[in-house]
Amino acid sequence: MRNVTAILRKQWKDTLKNKNVLIQFVMFPALAVLMTFAVKMPGMPENYFVYMFASMYIGMAPLIAVTEVLSEEKEKHTLKALLMANVRMPQYLAAVGGSVLLACLVGTACFGLTASLSGAEFLKFSAAMMAGIILSVLTGAIIGIACKSQMSATSLTVPVMMVLSFLPMLSTFNHTIKKFATVFYSQQVYMIISGGGEGNAAVKAWGIIAVNLCVLAAVFLYVYRRYCTEE
Amino acid sequence: MENAVSIMGISKSFQKKQVLKEISLDIHKGEIFGLLGPSGAGKTTLIKLITGQIKADRGEIRVLGLPVSERTKIYSQMGAMLDDSGIYERLSCYDNLKLFTDIYGINKSRIGEVLKQVGLSGEERTISASLSKGMRQRLIFARAILQEPKLLFMDEPTSALDPAMTAEIHGLIEEQKEKGATIFLTTHNMEEAAKLCDYIGLIHQRKIVEYGVPDALCRKYNELNQIQILFKNGETVTLPNSPESAETISASFRKNEVESIHSTEPDLETVFMKLTGRSLI
Repeated sequence: MRNVTAILRKQWKDTLKNKNVLIQFVMFPALAVLMTFAVKMPGMPENYFVYMFASMYIGMAPLIAVTEVLSEEKEKHTLKALLMANVRMPQYLAAVGGSVLLACLVGTACFGLTASLSGAEFLKFSAAMMAGIILSVLTGAIIGIACKSQMSATSLTVPVMMVLSFLPMLSTFNHTIKKFATVFYSQQVYMIISGGGEGNAAVKAWGIIAVNLCVLAAVFLYVYRRYCTEE
Repeated sequence: MENAVSIMGISKSFQKKQVLKEISLDIHKGEIFGLLGPSGAGKTTLIKLITGQIKADRGEIRVLGLPVSERTKIYSQMGAMLDDSGIYERLSCYDNLKLFTDIYGINKSRIGEVLKQVGLSGEERTISASLSKGMRQRLIFARAILQEPKLLFMDEPTSALDPAMTAEIHGLIEEQKEKGATIFLTTHNMEEAAKLCDYIGLIHQRKIVEYGVPDALCRKYNELNQIQILFKNGETVTLPNSPESAETISASFRKNEVESIHSTEPDLETVFMKLTGRSLI
């Protein structure tokens, strides 16, 4: 536990000085607040910008943050220094994932407050957001572990991020894209938080999220065994 | 003498390329051991094996009396300054070290002590990215000695440093030896090895080709066995190292004609070239 809290503290200090990562946490909640209060159009669904930016947020912020941190630590060999100080890889991943999760919780609260959600609505929103964030953290960890350098991690993160972040928005305009996007957790999170998933649709959405979790967990275990235990 | 590191018949290959072949070596407690060899000879691979970062294909390694597989116990008594050691660029010198005092569970007051030891007092709040190469090396050194290790690994600690900074790092290494630490050093700088090391091992083409005390190795390969005399008139004379030459030298000394006298034993660079047919760099 000592190792996890030490890395968590370091991670917070480092994140506050890392503009690339910090902007991911701040940008979407800030945009949601700004657009919600600045743009009012007749016929626009309630909290349209909050839900749209929230779904972009889960597909982008945790993914980029985790990938950036992991790949940078590998490239600059600080991860090796930690491992040789008796930090175990699961402890390290828990600390990095935990710090990103905490930062995203702040963002989630910000979205919730902007949408004026309360009680059960806020809990449902937060639960769906947390599920999406955890899955993005897992995706980021997979990319971060598998890539040897920041450059290769970035080139892999960008397309994944675009699929996860933009499909929910694009699916509102195109039925084919919507069908394709159904398999991704970010689309299902968007469905749940925007109120599109009630009753059977909600069960289906959570089911797809669970399948995503199983697939990503399996890929993560494979990548972890392949890259973290061979040395 | 008790061994800090014992390496017994170690071999290692990557894919099908053999990098180390049946290496056996003992490093005694409290000594500075230097592993010398050209780039690509297998020095870093050997350090990775001893520090448990990679596994050997064959053979056995014991570190501080423990099998290398018991990494947790070994790491708690070990420090490392590897050639690719990194620091957190956005954090200050203090925060870089604080992370590790938190991990080791040692008092924060140790940070001030080690920064003073490495000559970085007053740089606590300096952001690491703004440190010079020499200062970075000293910060990494400070991190390596933070938990007062019994065994210190240093992979080319002075590469790309200027002579003044190199001398400072040498001073820090010797200080650690005086405190009782065993130091495993890799270098391709023969002067550094001759100056610092109690024992050296020469590695070439996957094997240790020679091992011993630096002076003794130089004497062992002193095939010329000659003495060179520089006279005050500028003339140089080379004589065989024999009782007959002693008479000549003695006579010259009595006449106050001798400026200096040198033996012709080779330096480590020459020994290495003799053994391998190539230079170190």
